[in-house]
Amino acid sequence: MTATLRLTDLHSYYGKSHILQGVSLELSEGEIVTLLGRNGAGKSTTLKTAVGAVTPRSGRVELAGRDVTGQPAHRIAKAGLSLVPEDRGIFQLLSVEENLRIAVKRGSPWAISDIYKIFPRLEERRRNGGGQLSGGEQQMLSIARALLGGPKVLMLDEPVEGLAPIIVEEIVSQIGLIRDAGVPILLVEQNLAVCRALANRHYILEMGRIVHEASATEFASDSETIDRYLGVKA
Amino acid sequence: MIYLFQILNGIGLGMLYFLLAAGLSIIFGLLQFVNFAHGAFYLLGAYLTYDLVERGVSFWIALPVATLIVAIVAGAIEALLLHRIYKLPHTFHILVTVGIALVFQELAIIIWGPIGGSVPTPDGLGGVVMLGNFVYPQYRLFTIAVTAVLAGGLWWLLEGTRVGAIVRAGSESASNMALLGYNTMRINTAVFAFGAGLAGLAGALAAPIRGVEPFMGAEALSVAFVVVVIGGMGSYTGALAAGLMIGIIQSLMTTIWPQGAQLFIYIAMAAVIAIRPRGLLGRV
Repeated sequence: MTATLRLTDLHSYYGKSHILQGVSLELSEGEIVTLLGRNGAGKSTTLKTAVGAVTPRSGRVELAGRDVTGQPAHRIAKAGLSLVPEDRGIFQLLSVEENLRIAVKRGSPWAISDIYKIFPRLEERRRNGGGQLSGGEQQMLSIARALLGGPKVLMLDEPVEGLAPIIVEEIVSQIGLIRDAGVPILLVEQNLAVCRALANRHYILEMGRIVHEASATEFASDSETIDRYLGVKA
Repeated sequence: MIYLFQILNGIGLGMLYFLLAAGLSIIFGLLQFVNFAHGAFYLLGAYLTYDLVERGVSFWIALPVATLIVAIVAGAIEALLLHRIYKLPHTFHILVTVGIALVFQELAIIIWGPIGGSVPTPDGLGGVVMLGNFVYPQYRLFTIAVTAVLAGGLWWLLEGTRVGAIVRAGSESASNMALLGYNTMRINTAVFAFGAGLAGLAGALAAPIRGVEPFMGAEALSVAFVVVVIGGMGSYTGALAAGLMIGIIQSLMTTIWPQGAQLFIYIAMAAVIAIRPRGLLGRV
């Protein structure tokens, strides 16, 4: 089976700093895969490079078997690789419904009414301005907007960062619903409980390289790896 | 009675200023681009109308054709030249667009001569309307009606449609629009062409009232900036209120103290800024 998203030996730079030093990973249909690692390991940069917001110096990005390396972000997004950025990217001056309306794409299997079934809070607040939403609601709106484009792959950058536990629970179950609807998800997240609850597989990134890969079951019983790569101890 | 007449004139003038300023404001809102070539598009709209009418084309055809040509020319300038300088400081925007404005002004002199000319009142609107015991030209009432309808239509387009939401979203963040699959370069070109088209339309509508001359662009530009500043950057209703205010002040002053009419526009601006630095309805 071919991977829906395949990154091969990606190298990226911010100015002169070599951030990604050969990242390779893949994501297949029906999967949620997490990308773990300490701050500064290159997790967000991996997502941004995949979608073309950062142009890779070398390496390859394939989406559903098609090479999209080096294309501008809007074209990669249109081809079906959707990034929900860490800052959520809500248009503050647009209403919730307008934020959704501009994201609707012809030919997408998702309509705004489907979105409201997954995220009922957004329907309640559809006349509110994007800037008036709580952090959790903004996150839901950002995910909802990405879905409306009919993505082949969804990439979430720290979706529950800074949110209250009750909202985290809500968003975790919503992400599960989206996976069940057939959208594979690449998840960057610091909250290990969330990663364990959702993911089929895990990658660990350190200093711009993938240093470990594990299935959910392997990972659950491997506290040594967790301590080594993710723990606060040196 | 003369004042009522001048207030009506002022409303007509003010609505044309509003069209100009709305175009300028939409362009600045989306692109953060200071467009000193805006007056040149007004000039081009007026001269194209003049030229077409001189060739025997009906004003009713010349009006949309001139507007469309201005939009196409502006879109081409944006796509070929201006998009390269958006990221540079505003002084560069001014330098380049002032250059473009001068090119248009001098081209007008070369092609149509330094004197200018007049555009006859269009067929069917040459008459007058009796308002009580004084007369008012039909064409001026027509421009008030047309611009009022346009103002409503523009508001609906910007606030009530998906296209308007796309433009407003682009003003907030171009990079987030790219993540949603939008080619922001294409949106920028379209919006620039649209804003310039509004200036061209204002010029075409103004031609039968004020005639054409090579320096009308520079004059329109300064008024448009005054209107945007008074109304508040990025505020649509502010531009409408400020356009009407400036139009009426200018018309009334023409009767009271003709030499001071231009001066009073700037006095009004200074007064508004002194009281409300962000303009009447400014957000930023």
